[in-house]
Amino acid sequence: MKGSIIIVSFFVAGIVCGVMHWLPDLSRYGNVSYVTLCLLMFCVGMGVGHNTEVLRSFRQLNPRLALLPLMTIVGTLAGCSILSLAMPHRSLADCLAVGSGFGYYSLSSVFITQYRGAELGTVALLANIVREVFTLLGAPLLVRYFGPLAPISTGGATTMDTTLPVITRYSGSQFVMLSIFHGFIVDFTVPFLVTFFCTI
Amino acid sequence: MLKIVAIMFGGMSVGWLLRRRSLPWLSALIMVLIWLLLFFLGVEVGANDTIIGALNDLGVEALLLAFAGLAGSVLLAWALWRVVQGQKGGSHP
Repeated sequence: MKGSIIIVSFFVAGIVCGVMHWLPDLSRYGNVSYVTLCLLMFCVGMGVGHNTEVLRSFRQLNPRLALLPLMTIVGTLAGCSILSLAMPHRSLADCLAVGSGFGYYSLSSVFITQYRGAELGTVALLANIVREVFTLLGAPLLVRYFGPLAPISTGGATTMDTTLPVITRYSGSQFVMLSIFHGFIVDFTVPFLVTFFCTI
Repeated sequence: MLKIVAIMFGGMSVGWLLRRRSLPWLSALIMVLIWLLLFFLGVEVGANDTIIGALNDLGVEALLLAFAGLAGSVLLAWALWRVVQGQKGGSHP
């Protein structure tokens, strides 16, 4: 939660600087944010490649429960597709790109800004923050009405870090490995799906 | 798009090659880069009067998209849980 607040503060600080015109127009420095994004992607990849222990421990999982990341991805994309019918001013691909953030708001909003502009980037940032906050606050109710897998699914890409503590608490500690596995897989798909939906 | 994905795979190979070393600075660096990029996004949003004016509408849109995605994933996760439980009769993963 503390991490999320810091992240949002940077975004808000940026908005204030932008509104007050304290900084020169950033579109002239478009390359700065693109290069930063490339650097970020390189580091994210490094983290994935470096993490061999997580990959190894996945073998102990129930093979059926290993389908959970697929449920999360298909369910989210299905929900966003249905909603896009009610949003005539947004294309299906735009809605799917926002949904494909799976709560990984920092990376997805930055990507979408790069490919589709700051307006959709802002929608992606807010929508994916809502996803994380909803999981943090709603986990007990989700477990009660939809079973212990529900908060893992709503947590999306965040279930191996920020939402892991609440999932462990309300779903049960036997779901820790599944939660980490789920977060790892969904996290990994975010850059692929977001760029895919942004470029079609 | 291909360039970004290629860069990520490049990072993965480097990470894998360095798997025996600990990289304590990596997550801190990722954090700082994300802060920077979100600051840039904020500046772009703030300097754009159209977006600032539509911020309420964008917020509503974001809420709708978030809940549509959440509803879909909750339903499928629930279905999977019913299937797994039906087969094993227990609740242990």
